[in-house]
Parts: sequence; structure tokens; C-alpha cells
Amino acid sequence: MLRFVARRLITSVLVLAVLTAIVFILARIVPSDPAVIYAGPKAPPAELDRVREHLGFNRPVLEQYFDYVAKLITGDWGESLATKRPVLDELAARLPATLELIGAAMAFAVSAGIILGVVAARRPGRILDGTVRFLSIGGISVPAFWLGLLLQLVFVGGLGLLPATGQFSNTIKYSDPITHVTGLPLFDSLITGNATAFTDGLQHLILPALTLAAYPLGLIARMTRASMLEVMSQDYIFTATAYGLREGAIRWRLALRNALPPVLTIVGMASAYALTGTFFVEAVFNWPGIGQFATSSMLAVDYPAIMAITLLGAAGYLLANFIVDILQARIDPRVSAS
Amino acid sequence: MIPITTAAPTGVAPSPAPNAPGPAQLLLRALQRDRLAAFGAAIILLVLVLAVFGQWLAPFPEQGMGATNASARNLAPDAAHWLGTDQLGRDVLSRVIMGANPALTISLLVVTAAALIGIPLGALAGYRGGWVDEALMRVTEVFQAFPPLLLAMVTVSILGPSLTNAGIALAVSWWPWYARLVRAEARSLRERPYVEAARAMGIPPALIVGRHILRNCLTPILVQATVDIGSVILAAGSLAFIGLGTQPPLPDWGLMVAEGRGLIFSAWWVSTFPGLAIFLAVLGFNLLGDSLRDLLDPRQVKR
Repeated sequence: MLRFVARRLITSVLVLAVLTAIVFILARIVPSDPAVIYAGPKAPPAELDRVREHLGFNRPVLEQYFDYVAKLITGDWGESLATKRPVLDELAARLPATLELIGAAMAFAVSAGIILGVVAARRPGRILDGTVRFLSIGGISVPAFWLGLLLQLVFVGGLGLLPATGQFSNTIKYSDPITHVTGLPLFDSLITGNATAFTDGLQHLILPALTLAAYPLGLIARMTRASMLEVMSQDYIFTATAYGLREGAIRWRLALRNALPPVLTIVGMASAYALTGTFFVEAVFNWPGIGQFATSSMLAVDYPAIMAITLLGAAGYLLANFIVDILQARIDPRVSAS
Repeated sequence: MIPITTAAPTGVAPSPAPNAPGPAQLLLRALQRDRLAAFGAAIILLVLVLAVFGQWLAPFPEQGMGATNASARNLAPDAAHWLGTDQLGRDVLSRVIMGANPALTISLLVVTAAALIGIPLGALAGYRGGWVDEALMRVTEVFQAFPPLLLAMVTVSILGPSLTNAGIALAVSWWPWYARLVRAEARSLRERPYVEAARAMGIPPALIVGRHILRNCLTPILVQATVDIGSVILAAGSLAFIGLGTQPPLPDWGLMVAEGRGLIFSAWWVSTFPGLAIFLAVLGFNLLGDSLRDLLDPRQVKR
């Protein structure tokens, strides 16, 4: 098991290294001059030279790359051309909001997806199965940004049940300020017993989390159904039925456990989707997370920020797959042996 | 957004069953057997008709291309404007209809380009094996380490936002899926007796790959392409929504949703209908592709 983990870690680091190189090359062939973005379009030539000196653009590309990697490792991820602040600070300030959003969405998608998949596999081809199939294909077909607007239209504009945008109401920080414990605001409000802030945050979280969950939910439900159907046709299920085990026990205990490995794999892919899906959801719900920073950086060709976001996204994806692999190896001992 | 099956989660190469059906046969069987697949095919047909004849079907074709009409801003749907008008007075129906052409064109081009890059590389790697295979797999792994759409977003950002650059960026990030799909097929086909026989007869590798390997990969490739056309429509719409795709005033469904975003509570129709168009078009390709895949992969169908 330990060797398995170590091997996966080494490949992940290698992939990240190649990835930085690709993004760095991409950023270096950029047609627009980053110094202009930094200093503004009307900056005099002398000022531009000074900026190039400051940001190190006048040195050989290879040198710049090694310099960049060395700084990455020491925690210096460069300075945003747009905000002039260290990129790492910008990301750190926004990470908690995004983590809570993705966490809530994935928790909902995994639990609801597995339940729907198992239920659909009970009677394949029947109405319930067809409905779940339509829902799950619908989930992977719907544009997140549009689903978010529709939910706003119905639950905010129509029913007036939930707030439209933001992570907390503006008044919360004066009336019931959240004590900093872990840095995750909603979680902190819960463990410090700040009920007003928690309820408020939860209300703000529901719509964006549902929106972000649609695609992962569809993927997971579909895969659970297929995997359950395959497992339910195995001989040992037949045997268990013959022994007189209750149907529910067979399905939810015996079969589901053996159907989980492919589902876990798809959960890894689904969380990768959530990493970029959050860009669009945050835009619609004005969620103060990394996604909004990412889109504005890309529109502004703020390349130190873009590179940092790409690295963070890829690292997040690798981490998700890493966790999936370890869970996989725990469920199925054959995985770590191979 | 993610091509769902190509990764073959369990590590088993998807191999065609003996007497694997041809694409046309497969399509016919799916349409007969499965109402949802037929529904999907009907949507695809509608999108095709709109894409080809859109400029004659749209009630206000000049507005579809961006001409404004200041006297008719944000009108609710009525007899003259079935889907209302947007903030520049343009007929939403016309713009939705004329958005079909660019959406379908770009997705066909992206999928074709991705297939043209990925298929030869995958066939070469799978058939040759050895270091060529090893190298290609490592390269595709790096590409696939990017969360979906992220590489495309970064590329567009650097090249400058436009529909063409969005297409290039999407093709760049999509080809590894085809390479992996064809590689898996080629590897399993390589050991088949008829391929070995062809090799023993001294038929040149290029001919074997073309005649035996690629021909047998055709159906799974087309099934994957069906799903991918939908995924690219969604991806291109998403890029346009955040400003990294088609630029105004051109008709693009994703861009139109973005343009109506601020009006969602006052003029809901401006965003709702273009978004519905994306949803339905993607749904059509996914429903059909899903059904075709079930037929193609007998392991999954247990009815």
C-alpha cells in the first residue's frame, strides 16, 4: 500500500512538472506584451523597460522558467499583473469559498447520484429507470451557467425563497461576524454556534451547489446504474437470493459495495469537472471564489495568475484522482497489487 | 464536457463484439429500440435544419446577425416576436435560429480536427507498441491532467478571444481522447488472427492499419464523435458565456445567455431561450450517443 501511494505521488509530481512547462511555454508565446498589461496601455517606453526589468522579462526564457519553478517551490507564485498583489495571496483569500461550494456540490452529487443509480437499476427498462436515465443525461447536457440563471428565476424571482447572489448577506459581518477557526466560513459558523450566519450561508449555498452538482450527479447516477446492473447479474447475488437474504440488504450492502469501484473512478472525473464548472457557477451567483478570479484573469491575460490557477486546478485534479486511487485500493486489494 | 467512456475506467479496452455492427446498422437499431434515442435524433435533425436553412427560416435575419432595433427593446414574447426581443431590440427567435449554424459548424470542425490528430497517433501507438506507445500515452496523460476546459480556456486567453481561437483551443485539448480510444482498439485488434494473417502475408503496416484496424475502429469512433459534438457545443457555449469565445454582435447561444444575464428578473426570455437551445442540442447528441454506446458495448446492456 505504501509503495503504491509513493509511486502515485512520484507520477503526480512528474505530471505537474511537465504541466508547468507547457503552461510556461504557452504564456511565453503570448502575442500581447505582459509589461503593457502591468503598466497600463499609456505607459511611456522607459516605464515599460523598468517593468520588464522588475518582472524579469528581459532575461533568457529558459532562465526565466527555472527561476519560475524555483520560486514556485519556495511559495513565490509571482505577482498578479492586474491587482499587483502576490498571486498566492489572491488565491488563498478565495480558496475557502470555492472549497465549500465544490464540497457541498460533490457531497450532494455523490449521495444523490448513487441512490438514483441503485434505484434505477432495480427494474431496468421501466419508467423509473427511464426517468433517471433522462435526468442523468439531462444533468450532463445542461449548461451550468444557464441552469443557475433558471434556478434564480424560479427560486429567487418567482418564489422569493432564496437569495440570488453572494456567499453571505452583507449585514452578517456586522450583526453576527464569523469567528475565524479553519478559514472555511460556513463550517466555522457551524462549529462556533453562530446560527444566524450559518442559516444565512446555507441559504446562499443551496442554489450554486445544486447548479454545480448537476453534471457530476448525472455522471455518477449513470455509472452507478450500469455498474449495479453488472453486479446484480453475478452468480453470488443469485446465491445470496437463494439463501433468502432480504432484497434490500443484497442491493444496498452486498451489490453496492462491489459496484463501487467504477463509480469511484467516475467521481474522480466528476470532481475534475466541478473544478472548472465552478468558474461558471461563481460567475452567475457572484460567489467570491477562485472561479471569478480565474475568469477575470483570463480575460485580462494576467498570465502569472493564469499559470497559478492552471497549476492549482491540475493539482486539485491530481489530488482528487489520488484520493480515488487510495479508496479504490482499500475497497479492492487487486488495485494496489497491480 | 468530459468524453465519458473513452477512459475505459476499469482498464478494459472496449473491443467490438464478433460481427460488430456497422454505424448505419447501429443507428437503425438504436432508433427502433429506444424512444429516447429517437427523441435525440429528432433534436439533432432539427438543429441540422436550422443550421442549414436558418437564414431563410429566421423572421428577422439581419437582426440574427446583429442588426439592432432601438425602438423594440426587451419586448416580452408576443405574436411578432415569438421569443421576445433582447436589450438591443433584436428578435430572440431569429438569433436563436441563426446561432445553430456557428454552434454546429464549430463542433463539427473541432471534433474532426481532434479525430484527425488523435486517430493516426493512436493507431500508430497501438499498432506499433513499444516506446512510441509509451511516449504517446505519457503525452496524453499530461493533457488529461488538466481539468476539462481549463487548457482550452488558457489557450483562448493567450491567443485572444474569438470563435476561431476557441475552436483551436478545444481541438488542442480534445485530441488525446481519440488517440486513447483508437490506441485501445488497435491494441486489441493487433492480436486478432486476421491481422496476424495479414502481417504474415507481408502486407505493409500502413495498409494493415488502414484496412483492418481503422475500419474496425470506425463505429466506436463515430459513437464517441456523436457524444463529443454535443460536448463541444456545450464547451464553446461556456467559453462564449465568460467572454472567451464568440464576440458580439455575432449570434452565439452562450454569448446570448451572457448578454441577458443582468435581465434575468426583468426580461427572462433573453437568456432563457438561447440557453434552452444549448441544452436541447447537447441533450440530443447525448441521448443518441448514449443509446448507441449501450448497443455497442454489450457488457452494459442487461435487459
